[in-house]
Amino acid sequence: MFDSVSLYRKMLTCRRIEEAIAGLWHEGLISGEMHLGIGEEAINAGVLDHLGDGDAVALDHRGTAGMLLMGVEAAAIIKECMGVEDGLCGGMGGHMHMFSKDHLAASSGIVGSSGPAACGFALAAQHLRPEKVAVAFFGEGAMNQGMLMESMNLAAAWDLPVLFVCRDNGTAITTSSASVTGGSLEERARGLGVPAKSINGVDAEAVWNEAAGMLDRVRSGRGPSFLRATCLRPQGHFLGDPLIRMVHKPFSEMMPRTGPLVSSAISSGGASIQQRMASLSKIMAMIGRAARTQLGNTHDPVLRMRKKLQITSVELAGLENEVERNVKNAVENALLSVPAGRKEAAR
Amino acid sequence: MKEMSFSQAIEDALTQAMMEDQRVVIFGEDVHALRMNLYTRFGEKRVRPAPISESAFLGAAVGAAMAGLRPFVELIIIDFLAVAADAIVNHAAKVQAFSGGRWKVPMVIRAGCGGGYGDGGQHGQSLWGWIAHIPGLKVVVPSTPADAGGLLLSAIADDSPVFFLEPKLLTDDLLEILGSGGRTTVTYDIPIQGQKGMVPERWEPIPLGQAVVRREGSDVTIAGAGVAIHRAWEAADVLSGEGISASIIDLRSIAPLDRDTVVKDVKRTGCLLVVDDDYRDFGLTGELAAAVLESGLPARYARVAVEGTIPFDPVRERAALPNVDRICEAVRGLMK
Repeated sequence: MFDSVSLYRKMLTCRRIEEAIAGLWHEGLISGEMHLGIGEEAINAGVLDHLGDGDAVALDHRGTAGMLLMGVEAAAIIKECMGVEDGLCGGMGGHMHMFSKDHLAASSGIVGSSGPAACGFALAAQHLRPEKVAVAFFGEGAMNQGMLMESMNLAAAWDLPVLFVCRDNGTAITTSSASVTGGSLEERARGLGVPAKSINGVDAEAVWNEAAGMLDRVRSGRGPSFLRATCLRPQGHFLGDPLIRMVHKPFSEMMPRTGPLVSSAISSGGASIQQRMASLSKIMAMIGRAARTQLGNTHDPVLRMRKKLQITSVELAGLENEVERNVKNAVENALLSVPAGRKEAAR
Repeated sequence: MKEMSFSQAIEDALTQAMMEDQRVVIFGEDVHALRMNLYTRFGEKRVRPAPISESAFLGAAVGAAMAGLRPFVELIIIDFLAVAADAIVNHAAKVQAFSGGRWKVPMVIRAGCGGGYGDGGQHGQSLWGWIAHIPGLKVVVPSTPADAGGLLLSAIADDSPVFFLEPKLLTDDLLEILGSGGRTTVTYDIPIQGQKGMVPERWEPIPLGQAVVRREGSDVTIAGAGVAIHRAWEAADVLSGEGISASIIDLRSIAPLDRDTVVKDVKRTGCLLVVDDDYRDFGLTGELAAAVLESGLPARYARVAVEGTIPFDPVRERAALPNVDRICEAVRGLMK
């Protein structure tokens, strides 16, 4: 049964944990890249709500929420993001390479690699855990990766219990996916013998219902399915995404680039003026696309779910306070593991 | 002469190469953003964004090179080579040999390499030993802006597949995007003399396979490439305070490997330390040991390299990569 309150709690927890991680990243307590799933909560929670013990999940570089929803302790995830010794993977993996054997949850920073991994999890389920399934999460950019297309065919050919979940924000790093993708993703899946459906990934109830049907079919041994869910990601590809920075701080971020760009447009030698103008207009379009990724009210899956809740405002406040408290505790707990020197160096 | 950053030198030399030869085309993921200036100047036909399909676009580069273009492929980071290894290992590297030398594959694969900015063991590998292991492939690793530009021209002019690897710690563009992301709250141990430097007014090619002696010493020869050269320099300063005089040889190119320059210097010092940001086993460090053995020199030898998967934790990552302390300790051990 669809339980909107329970799903809202999960989505809000993902949002607050990822916001806290973003804060730690900005403070310098997390090094390197940081890919978050803010804007994708309905897809992550709506699908993973159906998984139980013995089911497996293969995540991509954006796996924080997936790990959390599979039941991994929040503090262990945050610690792993900071690379401390008692993190989920002892600080060896970092956020792109989180693994929890107990939860059959694995992630990878290589685009498309969750497809083959899920096929392997599903093959093991066929042998060892009847009626258990594997879910692969990836972005629409990964749909052009050979290994993912091959794994969809493999799953169809071997009737593997895999649900392929494509989180489609329309942008592969900075590239418009439409400009580098032929045909439709659903047709592509169907062409490989995998039933496919596309839905609005901002609507948690729609995702939950569609995933329920698909997973029933997958669980019953009738082979894989493909779910494409659209969404917006306000932070771009990763925290500090240059395009998002240009949108928020056009002056300081664009100014240093403007001189070289103008000189590229007018220097003698190179393409025709028309071709140069075409390039410039595509660059502007790319920044424009980044500007249109802000969630607002209509594209924020968490706010949208909140509006649909049929509980009293007192109950809602109680739930939200509890989530805030849990997240705050997890962050404080995680920070205890950071050596004092590192905290000071970061701030 | 003028001053340029490592990344500016690369883009500047690339611009010169594209002006000189219409057959040079760039493609790869996000090149419209990474190479915004070249995308504007040369248009989308010559600077073309690709889908995240490494097997397809690296494989296509091999075909395009065979059919007359000189593709310059942007792979972002060398770790992604593993996704498309077939195009390189079984095709790019083989065509010239298979065709009896009648058909060549003039292409460049440019990628960032190495760690030091806390991005985990799947984004911080160096992998040049893996590439150099395959006959038919060349791989260069510049350590200064001047070398970056000069080696880039030679890589593009070469008729073989050449990997052009940029240590990310030396780049201002890749490191800014992948490491800091606009933050001022993180710092990395960046060798400044590699990140910025004097470059010629007009780029001239620097031949592949020619090492350069960066520092002349009498007690020990330290050889390496990329960031290792700067770490070795700092270590040599420390060691000179202890009365130990070190030579530093910047290999610049891993394949072809300038064994002669190393052997010649070891003949003087009688002692070789190889510093390598790549994995220790079955790689550059062992290859140089073999070169010295084959030359018949009785030399003492040690190596400082990466011994396992690179940890994400920045503290353990720094310890896993060659650093000044490890180099000094290894040299002191050799002097005993």
